[in-house]
Amino acid sequence: MTKLREIAHSRTGDKGNISNISLIAYDEKHYPLLCAQITCERVKAHFEGLVEGEVVRYELPMIAALNFVMTGALGGGVTRSLALDAHGKSLSSALLDLEIDIASNGP
Amino acid sequence: MMRTIRIGSGAGYSGDRIEPALELAEQGDIQYLVFECLGERTVALAQQARMKNPDHGYDPLLEERIRVVLPACAARGIKIVTNMGAANPLAAARKTAEIARSLGLSQLRIAAVIGDDVLEVCREQELPILEFEGSIRQLGNRLLSANAYLGAEPIAAALGGGADIVITGRASDPALFLAPMIDAFGWAMDDWNRLGQGTLAGHLLECAGQITGGYFADPGYKDVPDLARLGFPIGEVGCDGSLVITKVAGSGGAVTARTCKKQLLYEVHDPRRYIQPDVVADFSQVSVEEIAPDRVRVSGGRGSARTGMLKVSVGYLDGYIGEGQISYAGPGATARGRLALEIVRERLQLTGVAASEWRFDLIGVNSLHGADLSARVNEPYEVRVRVAGRTENLREAIRIGNEVETLYTNGPAGGGGAFKSARDVVAVAAVLLPRELAAPSIRFVEP
Repeated sequence: MTKLREIAHSRTGDKGNISNISLIAYDEKHYPLLCAQITCERVKAHFEGLVEGEVVRYELPMIAALNFVMTGALGGGVTRSLALDAHGKSLSSALLDLEIDIASNGP
Repeated sequence: MMRTIRIGSGAGYSGDRIEPALELAEQGDIQYLVFECLGERTVALAQQARMKNPDHGYDPLLEERIRVVLPACAARGIKIVTNMGAANPLAAARKTAEIARSLGLSQLRIAAVIGDDVLEVCREQELPILEFEGSIRQLGNRLLSANAYLGAEPIAAALGGGADIVITGRASDPALFLAPMIDAFGWAMDDWNRLGQGTLAGHLLECAGQITGGYFADPGYKDVPDLARLGFPIGEVGCDGSLVITKVAGSGGAVTARTCKKQLLYEVHDPRRYIQPDVVADFSQVSVEEIAPDRVRVSGGRGSARTGMLKVSVGYLDGYIGEGQISYAGPGATARGRLALEIVRERLQLTGVAASEWRFDLIGVNSLHGADLSARVNEPYEVRVRVAGRTENLREAIRIGNEVETLYTNGPAGGGGAFKSARDVVAVAAVLLPRELAAPSIRFVEP
């Protein structure tokens, strides 16, 4: 197993109490693996306790990227959150800590 | 008509570095310089400043930024567009006129875009708040401000009317960049695909250094040269909407396919529906191509008809936050930090500090991502205790930091560097307002 950080990069954005985390393959050959293995369910489980709402995934094959949109993720939103990182900027680094099987051809 | 324009992005947030904008003005061969300086909450804070003094309420760095770039911009005919007007664009325009006069640049024409302040009309509406149950009316006297995200149209009209500097309050960030394209190329306001591609350009440029290698580096994985001298981006836009992102030769940072892809999805939800005041942009078919060093072509932005609503950012008073911190180091640091948290937790109960929400964090261990994701790591050399709570009044908020500070003489061994704070919270929520209820207009201010 390989950490996502080895094959992809990521940035977090915030709007109100919603966080979006992009996941962009360095090499487009890894994009199908991201689609198959980095599912909404896995991301939701990874951020359990941090994300209260649903996780929706958008696919961008033209740039070999996924975009995860997580509601209820920012303690009420950057302007009122008690959290040290009220924007949730550091969440992207947590996503890149997920593991992926790059030897596999399927899900 | 111009065939191609170059738009520089001179700031990505209100406190951004000053000198990259001067580098753009002097060496960027640009025709427009845009400063995006207005965060979600900033208008509400600026509104409070304006209530105290009717000449205040615009960006505190406006004078410094304008003074630095104005001589270079005036000498080259570079037009400036900025949302540094915050809660008081007219006062910001008058201040800018005063600066222009003092620099001997009285020929410059300065316009303010007003009409984003929709507080009065919102007070009369039963508009539902998007983030939580309730309406704007229910905020009652906690309501501070309501500002509609205006589109590119009034800004483009000001440029078309001869303005050298256009100062707005709340406007959509990409619209600050879209307006120069409409001004230069005469795009129709229902040419949805052009407006979509122009919005793409604005979205990529609006955070300045975030597309030239800022907020990107990860040593050993993604190295970026010379971040201390990071160059800010230039969008080279053709009259057909074609777009190349680049920067001043010799400046720090890098413009690559990777930096562009990363910014493309920043703060985007459904990439097929990036909702703007002027257009619903579609980024789903966007492609990115490196055509030369530090030159990336970005194409495929599209759009469809704008909606009938404008997003309105609503500022309101949301109680107080009290906080305290203290550090522990060396062997057993984590155990002493955990003991400290337990002591403070018990003290807050014993002394009856009332808060509706709490955080008990160990910075260096679990403060960013909580207990679960942090469970696997080894012991750090040092940890920092952090306790924060949301209270109804300032007095309660102050007691939280005090309870952390008293760990000095009452808590575990070796605590140091205590810090405490208590502050009122100005929070922001959003509502949607029927477009026709906002009436933007332009006011020219003569130096």
